[in-house]
Amino acid sequence: MTNPKGRFGIHGGQYIPETLMNAVIELEKAYDYYKKDPEFNKELTELFNEYAGRPSRLYYAEKMTRDLGGAKIYLKREDLNHTGAHKINNVLGQALLAKKMGKTRLIAETGAGQHGVATATAAALMGMECVVFMGEEDTVRQALNVYRMRLLGAEVIPVKSGTATLKDAVSEAMREWTSRIDDTHYCLGSVMGPHPFPTIVRDFQAVISKEIREQILAKEGRLPDAVLACVGGGSNAIGSFYHFIGDQEVRLIGCEAAGRGIDTAETAATIATGKPGIFHGMKSYFCQDKYGQIAPVYSISAGLDYPGIGPEHAHLYDIGRAEYVPVTDDEAVCAFEYLARTEGIIPAIESAHAVAHAIKLAPAMNKDQIIVITISGRGDKDCAAIARYRGEDLHE
Amino acid sequence: MNKIKNAFENGKAFIPFITCGDPDLETTAAVVRAAVENGADLIELGIPFSDPTAEGPVIQGANLRALNGGVTTDQIFRFVRELRRNVTVPIVFMTYANVVFSYGAERFISACKDIGIDGLILPDLPFEEKDEFLPFCHKYGVDLVSLIAPTSENRIAMIAKEAEGFIYIVSSLGVTGVRSEIKTDLTSIVKIVRENTEVPCAIGFGISTPEQAKKMAGFSDGAIVGSAIIRLLEQYGKAAPKYVGDYVKKMKSALI
Repeated sequence: MTNPKGRFGIHGGQYIPETLMNAVIELEKAYDYYKKDPEFNKELTELFNEYAGRPSRLYYAEKMTRDLGGAKIYLKREDLNHTGAHKINNVLGQALLAKKMGKTRLIAETGAGQHGVATATAAALMGMECVVFMGEEDTVRQALNVYRMRLLGAEVIPVKSGTATLKDAVSEAMREWTSRIDDTHYCLGSVMGPHPFPTIVRDFQAVISKEIREQILAKEGRLPDAVLACVGGGSNAIGSFYHFIGDQEVRLIGCEAAGRGIDTAETAATIATGKPGIFHGMKSYFCQDKYGQIAPVYSISAGLDYPGIGPEHAHLYDIGRAEYVPVTDDEAVCAFEYLARTEGIIPAIESAHAVAHAIKLAPAMNKDQIIVITISGRGDKDCAAIARYRGEDLHE
Repeated sequence: MNKIKNAFENGKAFIPFITCGDPDLETTAAVVRAAVENGADLIELGIPFSDPTAEGPVIQGANLRALNGGVTTDQIFRFVRELRRNVTVPIVFMTYANVVFSYGAERFISACKDIGIDGLILPDLPFEEKDEFLPFCHKYGVDLVSLIAPTSENRIAMIAKEAEGFIYIVSSLGVTGVRSEIKTDLTSIVKIVRENTEVPCAIGFGISTPEQAKKMAGFSDGAIVGSAIIRLLEQYGKAAPKYVGDYVKKMKSALI
């Protein structure tokens, strides 16, 4: 689906400073070589299975299915991976690639902290230096993850510029990369940024849909009717969708963070409220004003609090292959609590956005239909913030 | 048609960078006039962007002050039209791809021609993506300025061959900002540029002192200074024009 310049329809591309061009060209060449290298793939599979705990379970949520009274619901348990989220899939791939390229230092941005923790983990495992950029506001709402990263040996740099959230962390990581390229790989955490990142990250996350496909065929003998995943930049969603893109009968539904609602300014729902633009190295949809100034977006979820969406999602939306729906803070918090009570699974607040939409969707579907929801991460990191949202004075 | 080359006919060119609307457009106008009166050969006018990923903290600050002051692309277009009544040196816009793209590329670039803008510098538009805007730049006679970086290596010749207006050579790795020392082997970069084009080249990023400017212009065609000027605006605000004028005079005299 990618052409040589890394386009997904009109989206994607490489809108970055000249200083970084040779770095992304070098990365593309290395990736094109190693993705076909049996040794690289063997090592990566071993890391996935032995270190990260793959394949992750596809769990039949029987109580939730009964309670909602419609479609059969399966949960793809990415929350059970080592480090507690899907982020580890991409990071192990990129860290291994960086190591093969002779890089000794990883830098990364992080929102909720899950990608930062995963990067710090891979760096510790592979003996690499690690620096993580994190919006100052996010270092406060995800303090536990900051501690985890430091525990793993990473340096965490709070970013104070702009809205001090994920977008500013990306900008700062890009700035850092332009100043130190030789020994440093920018381990981008989502299917965004300049080519080849959206393709590399998607390929490493595609293991999610590869497994869902095999698992659902083994359990049900058929493909699901809908696959739901939350979307910020969109890495767990593209990973969940990828091996179903050719199956027109499978609905692909990305759940965006609507924050306080898409009719308010406090939202991060890019497809619902954004328009085409060029930012962070890619052409895609972005929340912005009429002069192209990037909007200060908002979501309760630090991981979805980003004003753009990956270029492949933008393309899947353009051609009508995937649907994108907004889910508010309130709906996500209710779903967070619902899944905890109903199935004994505390999802990340990000993943709770997908659960929230399933709660709306399932009752309207037939009992012989199947929904798969990707639980992209575990919710331990969110408990204090959700307690505060509910008015409890709980601090870590 | 190409007014930019006039900028390089008065000894080595001195090119100041000023962010429009920092802290307001009246000050920007006065700063531009002070710079021109004191020998600036070409003015690089920044249209502020919310997330300037190629800038260091000083120019990020200017972008923020300007946007907080409420300046918009349309106001900047009106401002340049007014400025052009008595400012004749070449003027180029420096901004980010999304500012042009979201306005409508053709609408933006045709407006540039109308108001008397001679070129466009877009730090997040590398050689591979220039077709995004180049057809309109050619249609309206606005030069799309190419950048060459310390890491460009095998790309220098390719970029230089298709360069227009002038070439902006980035002196150092990293983002904009004052540097005490510039370590890149710029002479070899300039040599490859010269072998591939007649288009003049100026060096920017990290230059703040007359000595640095003289050294950089010694083996190129000019020096570009941003952060050092923005610092004066940060420090003196509306009173900055006089200080910028004095600074430009000092810098330009090092280049003659």
